[in-house]
Amino acid sequence: MSAHGLTDMSMIRNWSKTLLLTELRSGLAVTLRNMLRPKVTVRYPEEKTPQSPRFRGLHAQRRYPNGEERCIACKLCEAVCPALAITIESDMRDDGTRRTTRYDIDLFKCIYCGFCEEACPVDAIVETRIHEYHMENRGENIMTKDKLLAVGDRYEAMIAADKAADSQYR
Amino acid sequence: MIDWLRSLFSFLPPMLAELATIVASIMIVLVPLILCVAYTTYAERRVIGFMQSRLGPNRVGPFGLFQPFADVLKLMIKEIVVPQNANRFLFLVAPLLSLIPAFAAWAVIPLTPEFVLSGIDAGLLYVLALTSFGVYGVILAGWATNSKYAFLGAMRSAAQIVAYEIAMGFALVGVLMAGGSLNLQEIIQAQSGSVLHWFWLPLFPLFLVYFIAGVAETNRAPFDVAEGESEIVAGFHVEYGGMAFALFFLAEYANMILISVLVATLFLGGWLSPFQGIPVLGDTLLGASGFIWLALKSAIFLFCFLWFRATFPRYRYDQIMRLGWKVFIPITIVWLAVEGVLVALDVGPWFN
Repeated sequence: MSAHGLTDMSMIRNWSKTLLLTELRSGLAVTLRNMLRPKVTVRYPEEKTPQSPRFRGLHAQRRYPNGEERCIACKLCEAVCPALAITIESDMRDDGTRRTTRYDIDLFKCIYCGFCEEACPVDAIVETRIHEYHMENRGENIMTKDKLLAVGDRYEAMIAADKAADSQYR
Repeated sequence: MIDWLRSLFSFLPPMLAELATIVASIMIVLVPLILCVAYTTYAERRVIGFMQSRLGPNRVGPFGLFQPFADVLKLMIKEIVVPQNANRFLFLVAPLLSLIPAFAAWAVIPLTPEFVLSGIDAGLLYVLALTSFGVYGVILAGWATNSKYAFLGAMRSAAQIVAYEIAMGFALVGVLMAGGSLNLQEIIQAQSGSVLHWFWLPLFPLFLVYFIAGVAETNRAPFDVAEGESEIVAGFHVEYGGMAFALFFLAEYANMILISVLVATLFLGGWLSPFQGIPVLGDTLLGASGFIWLALKSAIFLFCFLWFRATFPRYRYDQIMRLGWKVFIPITIVWLAVEGVLVALDVGPWFN
């Protein structure tokens, strides 16, 4: 037994392992193996990762096939919104139905939880899978009713397909 | 090559022609060297990226090949800030002092059997002097900056160089004993024959010690305590920016290339072909000596520099000192004794 409490044999083994760089070489082997493996990087604008139909991105308001807006100003989304990002004002329209006169979502407050979509009884407010958008000026972060409807009109086909794909799990 | 340049400038008066020839041949070595340095930085980022399952820079130009030029452009348009209490002259001279030796050492390195800028007989001594001269840039930078982090980095670097210079010098003594000359061209010629005639085989421990001490000498990972970005921010170049920083950067990579070329020259037969001496292959064009073999051999060691950086964590300071003083120096001394016996007994094919 030596002073360090090691047997002579294990001391010799330690010593030769150090001199022959055993552990350094096994470390080098790990990095060399990884160098030859396929890489995990996604070259973003050219390559994109697959998206779920449930993806929660930019908001949109939908219409019925006859062009009538779905939203009936029940304000359930405003009530359920945990970030208080939704502001709704409503009034009676000429034909006697209740409609929103103002429907604003502040994208800076929104946490994209999707509760508004869950709460909506008429599937009016939805979160689309659009996530590549930006704002350049102050105030553009407010999605007004017009902007929401415009997004909905433009991407209705995609929204309907996503809803259909997800319907069997609801 | 030099004769060709001389005939090219023969229209000038003799003195001017000689000067023009010298300047042109220096340029022939230095300009490709600077390009190599630029692409070593690119190679480093790509190789380390690959080892970490990333891609590394691939945006600027095809495969990111213009990345080094983008980096240089960015560094050139940045301001050089000189700290208030710094020694202004030394602060600005230090980067030059670390870069110049890294380039100057190339004067004695034989690039082909015919072409060497200056075939002086004290070549090995000159190389030893210049590779250790580079540390003055680091020490002066650390002192002139007047910052405690920079100073700590400089002190660490100085102590490290002292420790590893000795092992490096002893390893060179081994080469000297085997080669029988201080002239690098003659050292390479002494290795001719075959792969087994190269000095890596009889001097194997010295070969390893020289390369590892070379990694320490260039302040590269895992011996980069002079920089130690997680402990002393960036060490000696903490206050440098713009082109002044770029010069340190350039010096580090130029030193890496220099050490790689030196290891290839001293232990792996420089421009000698690895196919030399093999019965059939050696008689073809593959067996011919040339610059390409030196480049390939150096590239292997250059890759090792990057490989080490991607693999090893930084040594603790006391571990570096232990490795230098208590492992490398004894190993080199013991092997010099062994070599002395081999020389006395005329053990072939190296020592007769």
